[in-house]
Amino acid sequence: MNMLTDAAVEETLQSGSKPAASKMAGKDVTVHYGEKQALFGVNLEVPERQVMALIGPSGCGKSTFLRCLNRMNDTIDICRVGGSILLDGEDIYDPRIDVVELRARVGMVFQKPNPFPKSIYENVAYGPRIHGLASKKSEFDEVVETSLQKAGLFNEVKDRLQEPGTGLSGGQQQRLCIARAIAVSPEVILMDEPCSALDPIATAKVEELIDELRENYTIVIVTHSMQQAARVSQRTAMFHLGNLVEEGPTDKMFTNPDDKRTQDYITGRFG
Amino acid sequence: MTPGILTIIVLVLTMAGYILGRRRALAVAKRDGVRLHSLPGHYGQAVALFTAVPALLLMGAWLFLQPLLIENQISSQIPDSVIPEGGARSLVMADVRRIAGGLDRLVEAGSFGEDDLSSMRADFTSVRGRLAEVGVALGSDVAPAVFDAAESYRGIANTSSLLRNAAVLATALGFGFLALRRIRPTLRARNVSETFIRSLLIGSSLVAILTTFGIVASLLFETIHFFRLYPARDFFFSTVWNPQFRGGSDLGILPLLWGTFYVSLVALLLAVPIGLMIAVYLAEYSGKALRSFAKPAIEILAGIPTIVYGLFALITVGPFLRDWIAQPLGLGSSSSSVLTAGLVMGIMLIPFVSSLSDDVINAVPQAMRDGSYGLGATQSETIMRVIMPAALPGIVGAILLAASRAIGETMIVVMGAGAAARLGLNPLEAMTTVTVKIVSQLTGDTEFASPETLVAFALGLTLFVFTLGLNILALYIVRKYREQYE
Repeated sequence: MNMLTDAAVEETLQSGSKPAASKMAGKDVTVHYGEKQALFGVNLEVPERQVMALIGPSGCGKSTFLRCLNRMNDTIDICRVGGSILLDGEDIYDPRIDVVELRARVGMVFQKPNPFPKSIYENVAYGPRIHGLASKKSEFDEVVETSLQKAGLFNEVKDRLQEPGTGLSGGQQQRLCIARAIAVSPEVILMDEPCSALDPIATAKVEELIDELRENYTIVIVTHSMQQAARVSQRTAMFHLGNLVEEGPTDKMFTNPDDKRTQDYITGRFG
Repeated sequence: MTPGILTIIVLVLTMAGYILGRRRALAVAKRDGVRLHSLPGHYGQAVALFTAVPALLLMGAWLFLQPLLIENQISSQIPDSVIPEGGARSLVMADVRRIAGGLDRLVEAGSFGEDDLSSMRADFTSVRGRLAEVGVALGSDVAPAVFDAAESYRGIANTSSLLRNAAVLATALGFGFLALRRIRPTLRARNVSETFIRSLLIGSSLVAILTTFGIVASLLFETIHFFRLYPARDFFFSTVWNPQFRGGSDLGILPLLWGTFYVSLVALLLAVPIGLMIAVYLAEYSGKALRSFAKPAIEILAGIPTIVYGLFALITVGPFLRDWIAQPLGLGSSSSSVLTAGLVMGIMLIPFVSSLSDDVINAVPQAMRDGSYGLGATQSETIMRVIMPAALPGIVGAILLAASRAIGETMIVVMGAGAAARLGLNPLEAMTTVTVKIVSQLTGDTEFASPETLVAFALGLTLFVFTLGLNILALYIVRKYREQYE
């Protein structure tokens, strides 16, 4: 068991490798859906180039928090967000921030694969097209190819790039959606239960992919699967009833959590 | 006994059958000590269905066939001598029926025994007067042969009505009794009801399909008739439409088709962009409150009778276009014009496009929007690049539906575009369409013997083929581009 004790942490610090800097941070984040309050003052830091898993029982606010990170909640009329969320130290809810640019930097992959009813090629080229990241055919070809390669899908679809993305299998569709998100070169990728609609083999592929993506991207993933959180994440945050219960290195959270609720949830006593 | 009373009796028998069937099923089950296959009510239903359905079907068939058979028989009795010069046998037959009906009423009124009929026969002049007393007015005095025919019409009708009543009641009782006898616990009564319901549903769909075939067939026969009198080549390729009721007309469809096409084009050019923009606004931008008010308000446009649109075209739009556009530009001096009819028809079509497209756009899954917004697309980018392509099949369907409406529209064209068949490009001139000419060729004279009237059927069939083609095209497009979201 690779448990980080305090001594070990200290050792790491002294050995010169810095702990990951904070890429995004929520400060006193509150969210209301109409009259109902969904988040009660959450403070959470997302470390750079690591995978952070958000866990907790259904309705605990983890997806809500995730959707705050790229302001997807703006598309819901009755949703109000309080507190502040920083991306590289800048408040993303500041009126001067352009939400379009924000979402290009903080991409998102959804629970159910949602490829557009277009060809595989056009699905990936969509983001670069709307953000003007490429202009020539050759540039688009390159972006599409590298994105599909990073998403581990290129070899499977290279002969049928012009076929509809909706014709792929569920797991392939989800990786296509990840490729689509990668194509705009985001800094952060948010994933909302990306494997909940996939079979175990497709899930394994996506998890492998997430692990590889950590090298270049900061990833926040919401998941209901404890094993998945344990497999793919470096840090884990536990939510319950709209509150952040605790947050820490994944190994510690799964072996020796501070809070009894985390213990109970992980061992399957509720949730 | 009239058919109405007969129906009521059959229905009463049906209800009795239900009760008896249910009771018998329970009794049999109790006697044999076994469980029934179906619910007791199902046995009742089975008996009721066997009582009602064959009897009512028989009655329907009888009511349909009886007059035909009697007419045939009586009509051969009437000597040619009583048929007036230039008249038709069918007119005499109508008299026969009315006299027979009048005699029935006289007998019913009680002022008149069956015996008096023979004395009446001696004095025909009084027949007219007597019948007038019971409200049957005849144009002329009755010829003896016609009176005889009416008498035997009455006779046959009465006998066959009696026969009918007996047959229907016998069927109801017989089948009901058989069904009642058949009841035993193993009888799958539930399946009987299910089979009946399925046949009922199949029958209903057959009615719609057969009616369509009937309409096409009636058009087709008259069209064939027309082409025997008028060469098909001239009809399809002549550019002149000039019907003359004394003969020698030019009946070329091209000017009419051109008018139809031109007016519909103007209408769609107005309705499609505006309708689509309304749909996008309602589906993507407007708030709930506004939408719940605006959508029904726009749909009111679809509920306005087209004749009212026609009035609007005639007294407002037409003169306006003439005074402010046509005359200043020197393009025409008529208040009826293609543009008038097209614009007004376009207004009428807006709700067809907007309402259907709005539904289609709403049906695009939210996941598509999320996916696009999640990549940093703006609202209009999302609409143009993701939602519209996804909704395209439905939108094309909406547009083609509007096009079918435009092609078939009549009142607005009559009042807005005039009735002059003309091949021309100037939208400020009067033109006319296929539908308008169908109406005008059929108005007044309804003897379908000359090419000038029969041409209406050929026009109608052409129009039908066009709209059918449009619908097939719409289906094809929808199939081909239908996207699976899941």
